Amino acid sequence: MESQIAEIAQHTGGVIGLSWLMIAFPLVGAFVLLVFGRFTNRWGHLLGVAMSLASFAVAVLGFFELIGFGEEERRRAVHLYEFIPGMVDMGLLIDPLSISFALLITGVGSLIHIYSIGYMSHDEHRRRFFAYLNLFVAAMLLLVLADNYVGLFIGWEGVGLASYLLIGFWQFKPSAAVAAKKAFVVNRVGDFGLLVGMFVIWTTFGTLTFQGLGEQITPGTENGTMLAIGLLLLLGACGKSAQLPLQSWLLDAMEGPTPVSALIHAATMVTAGVYLVVRSGAFFFPEGSGAALAVAVVGAATLLAGAIIGCAKDDIKKGLAGSTMSQIGYMMLGAGLGPAGYAFAIGHLITHGFFKADLFLGAGSVMHGMNDEVDMRKYGGLRKFMPVTFATFFIGYLAIIGFPLLSGYFTKDGIIETAVHHQPILGWLAVLGAGITGFYMSRMVFMTFFGQKRWADDAHPHESPSVMTVPLMVLSLGALGLGAYLVLSNRLMLFLAPAVGRPEELPAFHFTSTPGLATLALVAVGAAFAWMRYGRAEVPSVQPRGSFLTTFARRDLYGDALNESLFMRPGQWLTRIAVFFDNRGIDGLVNGLAAGIGGSSGRLRRIQTGFARTYALSILIGAALLTGALLLVGNI
Amino acid sequence: MTTHYLILSGLLFAIGAMGVLIRRNAIVVFMCVELMLNACNLAFVTFSRQVGNLEGQIIAFFVMVVAAAEVVVGLAIIVTIFRTRRSASVDDANLLKY
Repeated sequence: MESQIAEIAQHTGGVIGLSWLMIAFPLVGAFVLLVFGRFTNRWGHLLGVAMSLASFAVAVLGFFELIGFGEEERRRAVHLYEFIPGMVDMGLLIDPLSISFALLITGVGSLIHIYSIGYMSHDEHRRRFFAYLNLFVAAMLLLVLADNYVGLFIGWEGVGLASYLLIGFWQFKPSAAVAAKKAFVVNRVGDFGLLVGMFVIWTTFGTLTFQGLGEQITPGTENGTMLAIGLLLLLGACGKSAQLPLQSWLLDAMEGPTPVSALIHAATMVTAGVYLVVRSGAFFFPEGSGAALAVAVVGAATLLAGAIIGCAKDDIKKGLAGSTMSQIGYMMLGAGLGPAGYAFAIGHLITHGFFKADLFLGAGSVMHGMNDEVDMRKYGGLRKFMPVTFATFFIGYLAIIGFPLLSGYFTKDGIIETAVHHQPILGWLAVLGAGITGFYMSRMVFMTFFGQKRWADDAHPHESPSVMTVPLMVLSLGALGLGAYLVLSNRLMLFLAPAVGRPEELPAFHFTSTPGLATLALVAVGAAFAWMRYGRAEVPSVQPRGSFLTTFARRDLYGDALNESLFMRPGQWLTRIAVFFDNRGIDGLVNGLAAGIGGSSGRLRRIQTGFARTYALSILIGAALLTGALLLVGNI
Repeated sequence: MTTHYLILSGLLFAIGAMGVLIRRNAIVVFMCVELMLNACNLAFVTFSRQVGNLEGQIIAFFVMVVAAAEVVVGLAIIVTIFRTRRSASVDDANLLKY
């Protein structure tokens, strides 16, 4: 049905042979910054940026070397060392899919590193921040470059650790500490799925490398075991990518510094789930299988849930977090549609990496100028005071709502059209989600940059320094043109084909298809509605009570309440029962035994009266009894 | 033939034991202990005579040696107790208890 995925070729030498440097550079950076501590305070941030840029350079050189090969030879395996003898050989797989991710991670990552120099300049722990960022980049690169599930899992856990450390970077704030813990715990649920999935893969196929699986699995096979593996991997993807039902941690994760939200919780780490699904797609999510359908359903449900949550948030970062959930929902939907959707899912992932990082960093720039205020009701009319931030944010905004000819238009429209073609119901839900996106993103822009001033008294908004605005401009350039470049004439789809396969019939981009026009109409309606409520009308600077629906969305669709009543409360009851049993049962038994022995020996010692004659009497009686007994048995 | 000696030995032992149990004065108790030891000696010698070898008599000598040593230690203890407590009653020295 789809064209065969290319064979993996062993590779030695060249830049690709040195691709482990991509992981090594940031890892060394993190090591130096963490181990040498405050000695590196003065130049630590520069080292962090340099290491990230070095990785980017290797990725770019590797990319050019890769496209030098013929299409059928564009999957290169680089063997590194024997990791677990007889089980896992650690190696890297450089193919169009992984190199696309590597370019996104190191490229956007470097921009965010540069931006962080300015954003974190007042923080006394800036050096530690850069150490964690470098650690994250290294782990994320290991995740996407590893040629087996074990390496992927190590990277997977590494990014989870970096995410935990960075969400809780300001751990003196209790909310940040709690959010970090929550992210870690919720991610454990997903990691459990991934780990068990790997166990099942190992017991079924006896290999964990992508190459080994490719040799053993004929594309399109579907049975119970494969479905189970697919669903377990999907659980892992849900945890990392904040998809329903494991979405609850992402909104709280906004407690971390804004560059973290941009890099980890928007552009790269949260897309690891999409990578996992696409990478395993040929094996466990064949087109039309139950597992692929589950992926698409999860994606569609999350894209609506995220969009609805985004509509009600007054915290600019939480609004963007809801939007991230929603956009990753689109990618998952695309990833559940087989090779036809993969290219659009990855394309949307790349463009989303640019425009969402742009939006987050823009939000960070606004906060930087507004004394770290995050409540959009305290903004208003900022476009005159932050022209560069406004311009770049506005481009990101147009890209995400799918304004014609910008990045989001091409990639999101691709997903929607493919979805309408393959899964009509889910496709039209995605159209609806795009309309809601138009509403909540417009609301965000109008509340922040338009309307009247609602600032706090001590706010003096000002434009951010150029070390922050230049990355914004670069990212907004990506948000402008990248989508058109990737999607028109199917560039990305053809590039990715050796890695993920491609549909028999290449789709042609229609500017006037029914779903496309419906999307545009709905987005326009949403934006107009937002203009009426938040642009033209006066925005109250105190949050109004709102209807039942608003409360529903403000409370994250009661996701936390559900988790609390389903898992947290029963867990607490269980601990309480265990504590009660421990205190009363186990402790009671042990303490009771000790008290019994103590009490009886207390009584027994009263025999020791201190009167020598009493002892003499007892000796006499004893001797008499002994003699009597011996006489009785006749031994004398 | 030797029955009378054994009866005497038993009587002496019984008198000694009752003395130890009944009397309070440490000196008297001590003397009663000596009485019991000597009752035993009498029994040993009697049995030695009855059986016809010398082992019982040897043991009697050992008992005398032990008794002599006991007298030395015991009297010293009694004197010390009397000096500190101004009493030789065994019931007064009852501190070593629960």
